[in-house]
Amino acid sequence: MTDRKLFDALIGPQESQQLFGALRHGVTRREVLKMLMAGGMQVSLAGSIATLASTVNAQTPRKGGRIRVAGIASGANDTLDPAKQSNHTDYCRGYMFYNGLTSLDGSLTPQPSLAEEFTTKDAMTWVFKLRRGVTFHDGKPLTPADVVFSMMRHKDPATASKAKVLADQIESVTATGPNEATFRLSAPNADLPVILGTYHFHIVKEGTTDFNAGIGTGPYKVKEFKPGVRSIAVRNDNYWKPNRPYLDEVEFVGITDESARVNALLSGQLDLIQAVDPRSVERVKATGTHTVFETKSVSYTDLILRFDRSPGSNPDFVQAVKYLFNREEMLKSIQLGHGVVGNDQPIAATNRFYFNGLAQRRFDPEKAKWHLQKANLGSAPIPVVVSPAATGSVEMALVLQQAAQQTGLNLEVKRMPADGYWSTHWMKHPLGFGNVNARPSADLALTLFFKSDAPWNEAGWKNEKFDQLLVAARGETNPVKRSQMYADMQVMIHNEGGIGIPMFISSIDGLNSKLKGLSAIPLGGMMGATFAENVWLDA
Amino acid sequence: MNRLILRLLAQRMALALLSLLAVSVVVFAITAVLPGDAAQEQLGQEATPEALKALRAQMGLDVPAPQRYVRWLGGLVTGNLGVSSATQLPVAELIGSRLLNSLLLAAVTALFSVPIALTLGIGAAVWRGSWFDRAASTGAVAIVSVPEFLVATLAVLVFAVQLRWLPALSYVSDIESLGQLLRAFAMPVLTLCCVIVAQMMRMSRAAVIDQLEAPYIEMVRLKGASPLRTVLAHALPNAVGPIANAVALSLSYLLGGVIIVETIFNYPGIAKLMVDGVSQRDMPLVQTCAMLFCTAYLFLVTTADVCGILANPRLRHR
Repeated sequence: MTDRKLFDALIGPQESQQLFGALRHGVTRREVLKMLMAGGMQVSLAGSIATLASTVNAQTPRKGGRIRVAGIASGANDTLDPAKQSNHTDYCRGYMFYNGLTSLDGSLTPQPSLAEEFTTKDAMTWVFKLRRGVTFHDGKPLTPADVVFSMMRHKDPATASKAKVLADQIESVTATGPNEATFRLSAPNADLPVILGTYHFHIVKEGTTDFNAGIGTGPYKVKEFKPGVRSIAVRNDNYWKPNRPYLDEVEFVGITDESARVNALLSGQLDLIQAVDPRSVERVKATGTHTVFETKSVSYTDLILRFDRSPGSNPDFVQAVKYLFNREEMLKSIQLGHGVVGNDQPIAATNRFYFNGLAQRRFDPEKAKWHLQKANLGSAPIPVVVSPAATGSVEMALVLQQAAQQTGLNLEVKRMPADGYWSTHWMKHPLGFGNVNARPSADLALTLFFKSDAPWNEAGWKNEKFDQLLVAARGETNPVKRSQMYADMQVMIHNEGGIGIPMFISSIDGLNSKLKGLSAIPLGGMMGATFAENVWLDA
Repeated sequence: MNRLILRLLAQRMALALLSLLAVSVVVFAITAVLPGDAAQEQLGQEATPEALKALRAQMGLDVPAPQRYVRWLGGLVTGNLGVSSATQLPVAELIGSRLLNSLLLAAVTALFSVPIALTLGIGAAVWRGSWFDRAASTGAVAIVSVPEFLVATLAVLVFAVQLRWLPALSYVSDIESLGQLLRAFAMPVLTLCCVIVAQMMRMSRAAVIDQLEAPYIEMVRLKGASPLRTVLAHALPNAVGPIANAVALSLSYLLGGVIIVETIFNYPGIAKLMVDGVSQRDMPLVQTCAMLFCTAYLFLVTTADVCGILANPRLRHR
């Protein structure tokens, strides 16, 4: 129980005792959160400790065993190069073989990983103190030179890094001591440690050109890696985290077909699968030998109302549509309750900067009618573009269409194939659906999809005040002031933005009941792809 | 006789090459018409103009389409299949292991389905109108009418999930013994047999019946030949042509048409590779797969023709 010791150190032995006592008596995570916050703990810290405590309490991990895991995608372009990784399967493998300087916990707060400590005064210059005694799989010790190499390669266009846009704000990384690397940014960013906790910024060995060997500092070593077929990871006995990982071997394959995945799980060929359809949940649970694990708010599907075209250019029309979402009904009938009702702003309740003071917009056909009359658009049918590519959008549009009919608004649902949807249809119609995956920080979620000049500013919404606030919040190191700024921005998008977010969608993993240790990291299923070093098999 | 076959083969080869060329042009044109290119598909939502430009240059997509086609064709003629634009790996490497898997599955399926279908078909023709004929014919129509995804899914539900006799997925990488091979292949082969046996059976039944009704068979019967000899030595050689064609058509389906079986059992075959290639707009990969399927099809059909000629005494002795 070394984790228990960690708790004693973190929150004091007495509170730790109390906390674990309470957990043993079956209190929920929410109640633990309350206990911690009653003692004056900051929300974000309390959240992460409550999550961690719930996991640790679950059981004492057992060592050994082999599991087979299936993600949804796998193809010839599977890669172990952190810069090029592009899907959940790649990310899962990334977290098996590599570590980042930081890691993200259940509230997406950065925690120390390969960096023991990270400090800044102005959010421009960041000093990362590296953990001592960490070695790569081939025995080479971790040095600041590896950090410099791992970061600067993203900036080179020849690397074709998926994270180049993020890396471009890093002006330089220099070794400033035997165990220290200093980052200089081009503009203040208080979220640098969050960004460095994501998969693309995993630390690789200096000078690596062929990544197929997967030489990192991570919990597992590569035993076999065949793109499009499978990977086999074996325990790294020299891993720097004491007692981790628990499993001897993890095999990872990609299976595109949902029913094939579920059948293979239920027939005992797999132990953990990603993306179970809400409609299969009851079937998995009914077996008694298998169960599901839900991670809330890994993405949202949104209706985009373009500001630069009619009818989205009419604020009354936009307002009316937002009142026409019967969110509870949609959540219940489309996702079978596996999700959280949305409020037309992109920050989910799992985020540490979520503003819970914002009133929920309710289904209100009367208000919608009033706004529609004011908008006075006539009775011509208005096309809404949907596609299976944007999860649940077809069904959402149909529910919306029904509600609109009551108010005399004639919506015409146009279904497009999933193939090529993002390049040909997304953001290109006056009314259409999109789907946005959770981002590790509020800043990224807002910068990528709402800043006036962002390429994916879905609705083409332009607001100078918002842009200024966004940049100011990014550089703000005072958490209280920062929270207030993010709250203001959430209110702005909720009131004026051109997108309707009916719900946040959950990711559902299916698993063998013997597999323990999963907790939610709201970036995706399987603990935001980090399951490998956290799970164990019960005897 | 040899001259005839040689001439026929030469004709067929020339036609085959021409068809291949036509297919490659059509496939290239169709893929070019599809929305988006390999770079856009790979970047998906993350396709900013800057990233697109960089990736296109890296994939060699900044060259005009006709020029890309000619370059690819030139490579093909010299034995170089090119480099996959989505993965930057040689196409030959991508296809290599998967082609073997597909051929293995096709071979095992053929091994079971062809003898079963021919025996049933010839039997049904000989005992035409009997209960056996009716049962076999009705059964074949019933089975071929059920879509293969249903057969496959039901088989998985019964044999893998409920009874747990067979694995739900066919992992070829784990096969070490004959027993494992049979277990892994049992359900995919069963499903594929359901699809192709019926067609082959009905075609061979019709072909043999056609011959059995011919006047010369009456002569054979009058001469006093046994029923077995009548069918095997007299009727069958004349029916080999159409039967071989039916078998060839059915088998050609086993290479490119098994996408559903490959998906449900997660079998790493070449059909799925091509479908992935299309969704990623990976031109060199799609082209090579199309060429491969086309070649296999032409090979099978030509072989069937040659078989028909060799088995036909009138053509053989001319």
